[in-house]
Amino acid sequence: MSYSDLAVLALSITVFFDLFIVRTQLLTKAIFWTSYAIIVPMQLITNWWLTSRFIVIYNPETMIGRRLAGAPIEDLLFGFSLILATMSTWVYVGRRMNAK
Amino acid sequence: MLVFTVAGSFWLEIALKVGVLRRIKRLAFTIIPVAIIFLAWDAYAISHKHWRFDETQMLGAVGPFRIPLEEYLFFIIVPIASVMTLEGVRQIKKHWSVGDSNEL
Repeated sequence: MSYSDLAVLALSITVFFDLFIVRTQLLTKAIFWTSYAIIVPMQLITNWWLTSRFIVIYNPETMIGRRLAGAPIEDLLFGFSLILATMSTWVYVGRRMNAK
Repeated sequence: MLVFTVAGSFWLEIALKVGVLRRIKRLAFTIIPVAIIFLAWDAYAISHKHWRFDETQMLGAVGPFRIPLEEYLFFIIVPIASVMTLEGVRQIKKHWSVGDSNEL
C-alpha cells in the first residue's frame, strides 16, 4: 500500500474507533477541535524543519505529490489519526478508571 | 524536533497543572497500544521506502524493525504532548465536555 492508502485507512479506522468502538465521540466535541487547532501549526513547523533540512526524506512515488510545509499532505492525515487515536484512548482509559 | 515538542507542551504540566505525568498508569495504557500500531506503520513505511532518514543527522541508534531511536521517542513524546494539550484546554475551558466523567 502507498502512503496515501495508509493515511486514508488510518483516518477511517481512528474515526470509526472514536465514534463507534469506544464511543468517546471526540469528533463531536469542541475540546478536541480546539486542541487540534493548537497542535496542527506545531506539526507544520516540525514538518517544515524535518523536511527542509532533509532529516526525513519522503519517496515521491508513494504519495499524491501535494506538499504542505515541505511534507506530503498525507502527513496531515497521519498526524490527525495519531492525535485522535491518542486522545480517544486517553479519554476511554480515563473513563474506565473513573468507573471503578 | 523532539526538543521543540517537549518545550512546547511540557510547560503545561507546571503552568496549568494538567497533571498528565502524574497519571502515569493512565498515560501508559494510552501510549503503549497507540505507539505499537503507529510503529508498525512506521516499520512498514521504512521497509517499503515511503520515507527514510538522513543517517548523518541521527543519533545513530536503530532499534527493532530498522526504526531509529528518534522514531521510538517520537511515538512516546507526541502522544504525551497531545494529551497535555487536551488537558491544558480542559483547564481553561472547564465547562467543556470531555466524556471521561472527570468533569462535575
